[in-house]
Amino acid sequence: MKKFIALCAAGLMALGSGAANAGEDSELVMNGVQYITKLKAPAGSPFDEVISGWRFRNNETQTLQTDDFANPAMIMAQYGEDLWNKAEGDAGKSCADCHGDASKSMKGLRATMPKWHEGKKTLMALEHHINWSREEHMKAKPWKWESPEMLGMTAYIGLQSRGMPVNVKTDGPVAEWYEKGKKLYYTRVGQLDMACAHCHENNTGNMIRADHLSQGQINGFPTYRLKWQGVGSIHRRFKGCMDNIRATPYKRGSEEFTALEVYLASRGNGLSVEAPSLRN
Amino acid sequence: MSNIKPRVKVPSTAKPGEAIVIKTLISHPMESGQRKGKDGKPIPRKIINKFVATYNGEEVFSADLLPAIAANPYIEFSLKLNESGTLKFVWTDDDGSTFDLENKIKVA
Repeated sequence: MKKFIALCAAGLMALGSGAANAGEDSELVMNGVQYITKLKAPAGSPFDEVISGWRFRNNETQTLQTDDFANPAMIMAQYGEDLWNKAEGDAGKSCADCHGDASKSMKGLRATMPKWHEGKKTLMALEHHINWSREEHMKAKPWKWESPEMLGMTAYIGLQSRGMPVNVKTDGPVAEWYEKGKKLYYTRVGQLDMACAHCHENNTGNMIRADHLSQGQINGFPTYRLKWQGVGSIHRRFKGCMDNIRATPYKRGSEEFTALEVYLASRGNGLSVEAPSLRN
Repeated sequence: MSNIKPRVKVPSTAKPGEAIVIKTLISHPMESGQRKGKDGKPIPRKIINKFVATYNGEEVFSADLLPAIAANPYIEFSLKLNESGTLKFVWTDDDGSTFDLENKIKVA
C-alpha cells in the first residue's frame, strides 16, 4: 500500500511539471484583449476541449507572441501593408484602390477561410483569393504560394481578424470538400504509415521527441516558426508533417491541402484568430 | 523582401532616474557574405555593421554588428534619464547608407 502511494505521488509530480513547462494553463492576452485559446468542444469533436497551439508552447515562446514589437511575424505583416497600398499589374491598381482601409474591409475575413468562391465555383484558401483578385482585377501576376509577398499579405489580412472567433462554414457546396479533408486526415500515408490523427488526436499533449504535440489547430497561421526562422503558410506546415512521416506531400494550393485546411479550420471553430502567430 | 525599415519602441515619458526599456528592430537581410547563390557565385556581404543611440547628442549606447548576427537584428537596452530630450537611433549599412529614427522623451 505504501509503495502504491509513493508511485501515485511520483505520477502527479511528473504531470504537474509537464504542465508548468508547457504553460498550458496560461491565458493569451494581447493589447489588453483576452483571446479564446481553449473552449469546450462541440458535439462530434474528437476532443473534449478545443485548444489553440499557443497553449502547447513554453512560456518564453508564448510571451514573445503577446508583444507586437517582439513578435517577428509582425515584420511580415507590415511588409504586407506596404504591398496593400502598392499599385501593380496592367490595371495600375493596388489592393487599397478597391478595398480601401484593410482594417475595415478585411476584418473577419481570415476567420472564415477557406471559403467558397461563387464565381469560380470552388473552395478557395486566402492565398487563392488573393491571387484570384490579383489576376482578375489588378491584371497582375499571381504570387507564389510561399513567397514573401504572399506571406506578407496573408499576415496583414490575417491581422485584421485577430481576436475574432474562427467561423468556417462547412455546409452547402463545401460539405463535399469537408468530407474529403476528413478522409485525408484519417488516411494512413507514407513509409511510416501514419495519419494526421495518430499524432494530433491520439497523442495530443504528449512529447514527440523534443516537440510538444498540439491538436494541429490552424487559427494562428500564417505563423512565424522559430525553426523556420521565418513566416510560413498552413500548407507549408502540412508539407512538413507529410515529409516527417515520409509521405509524398501534395502541392501547396492543391485541392487536397485546401480540403484538409477546411476540415482542420472547422475543427477550430470558436478559437480566436491569432494570425500572425509565433510558434517554435 | 528587401525593404529596410527601422522601428523602435520607446516610452514617451519617464521619471528621473527610472530605468526605461528601449526596444529597437531593423528589418534587414543581414547577408553574411558566406552564402552562395543559385549560380554558384558568393552573395556579397551586406549587413548592418553599426548601431548607435544618442541622447541629446551624447552617445548612450552603441554596438558593432558582425556577420553571424541573424536577419532583422533586435537590440534592447535600458536607460536612466534625468532630463527631457531626444533619443536618436542610427543604423549603418555596409554600403554606407544610414537609417535613423528620433523619439522625444519627457522626463518629469
